[in-house]
Amino acid sequence: MASASYKDLSLNGLWKNNPAIVQLLGLCPLLAVTGSVVNALGLAAATTLVLLCSNTAVSIIRNIVSDAVRLPVFVMIIAAAVTCTELIMQAFAYELYQILGIFLPLITTNCVILGRADAFASKNSLAPAMYDGLMMGLGFGVILVLLGALRELAGTGALFADMDLLFGSMAADWKLVLIEDYQAFLLAILPPGAFIFTGLLIAGKNLIDAQIKRRQDAHKAEPVVGSKRVRVTGTIS
Amino acid sequence: MLGQSITRNSLLLALFAVVTTLLIAGTYLLTKDTIAQERRKAEEKALLEIVPARLHDNNMLDDTLVAKAGKTGLGLREDKTIYVARQAGQAHAVILPVIAPDGYSGDIELIVGVKRDGRVAGVRVLNHRETPGLGDKVDLAKSDWVLSFNGRSLTEPSVEQWAVKKDHGVFDQFTGATITPRAVVAATRRALEYAQTHHDYLFGSSTKPDSATTNDKAEPASNSGPGAL
Repeated sequence: MASASYKDLSLNGLWKNNPAIVQLLGLCPLLAVTGSVVNALGLAAATTLVLLCSNTAVSIIRNIVSDAVRLPVFVMIIAAAVTCTELIMQAFAYELYQILGIFLPLITTNCVILGRADAFASKNSLAPAMYDGLMMGLGFGVILVLLGALRELAGTGALFADMDLLFGSMAADWKLVLIEDYQAFLLAILPPGAFIFTGLLIAGKNLIDAQIKRRQDAHKAEPVVGSKRVRVTGTIS
Repeated sequence: MLGQSITRNSLLLALFAVVTTLLIAGTYLLTKDTIAQERRKAEEKALLEIVPARLHDNNMLDDTLVAKAGKTGLGLREDKTIYVARQAGQAHAVILPVIAPDGYSGDIELIVGVKRDGRVAGVRVLNHRETPGLGDKVDLAKSDWVLSFNGRSLTEPSVEQWAVKKDHGVFDQFTGATITPRAVVAATRRALEYAQTHHDYLFGSSTKPDSATTNDKAEPASNSGPGAL
């Protein structure tokens, strides 16, 4: 585990072991705030920041803390990181803070964060732990934003509405109306829409994975053709 | 051995509790002023929408009265702040906090501006959980329906007509959503009635407009929780 390369870490966080659509962790905020891109982006940024901070802190203290009190200490670290993030957001993105509301403090309960702290950061040195936090956060964030975009588009026919909440007044006219006179599709914005679109995203990922696997299998099968002797005992690796 | 490990672990936990608390306290102290500023700005923005800057010359955030919780008609569950807009010392409009308890999904928090003559200066929905796309049209960001209250008073239309069209009133309902506008119309009417019965408290005695203003600042504006936004 200690030798996990950065490439593996990125691949794991963003695709193979994506916290949102493979591990299915943190579904509560995922489903609740993805009604629009701006909400999703706000929560994604906050979650990534918390994940980065908690992984860093956990990795630093990993040799001091005994196994018995490991989890309470991690929880304290995560709670502190979340509270600080909340305060900072309140100070510098007040309107977004109001929109995210309860889901900001609820980042504490996002299993991704405790999961990564316990499964990775507590066993690895600082740099990989930080990188893992960043990648897991990005993986979660990408899905959040993707889901937000899909639902906003399907629900309102536009994209990037109200981006000025996050980026200040220069983003006020970022809103893209892709379909004029769109009859709002309510289901996409309401909670059931979140489940449906999450399901579609998972299905899409599985489809791509299956495609890749088939291509790899086809690739692997070729060199075997020439050789008649195939090793059938022991582990093949 | 066991005792030793317990001592060590508890000390460790205590140490982390102290460190994380310090961290939070530090961040809190650093961001406290900015947060207070932002909060005030957000409050002020909502107030200025109802009573624009050219119509008053005081700082509304500091010129407040108390709206008591209970059966006052405003539907408040806790004491909230009434903001007073003055021009040359005379109260000329007040902004009342109102809760419509009968929304489609829970309370709808409103502020209603009432002018001295009993007309509506403006209504804004601060907080609601109405259905997106249907009931949320009470929000000015979604539809300008709330502007239809501007200039109305208890005599215009008459009290019986303070209702949505479906209930033989004068206000539009939305397609697919009657409950939400019904709740908002009723809450606005109750706010006007409150302003009528408490006219002296809100605007000062009508004969001597300036004398009663000194004791208006009964409470500081500090009790404006997140709900006041």
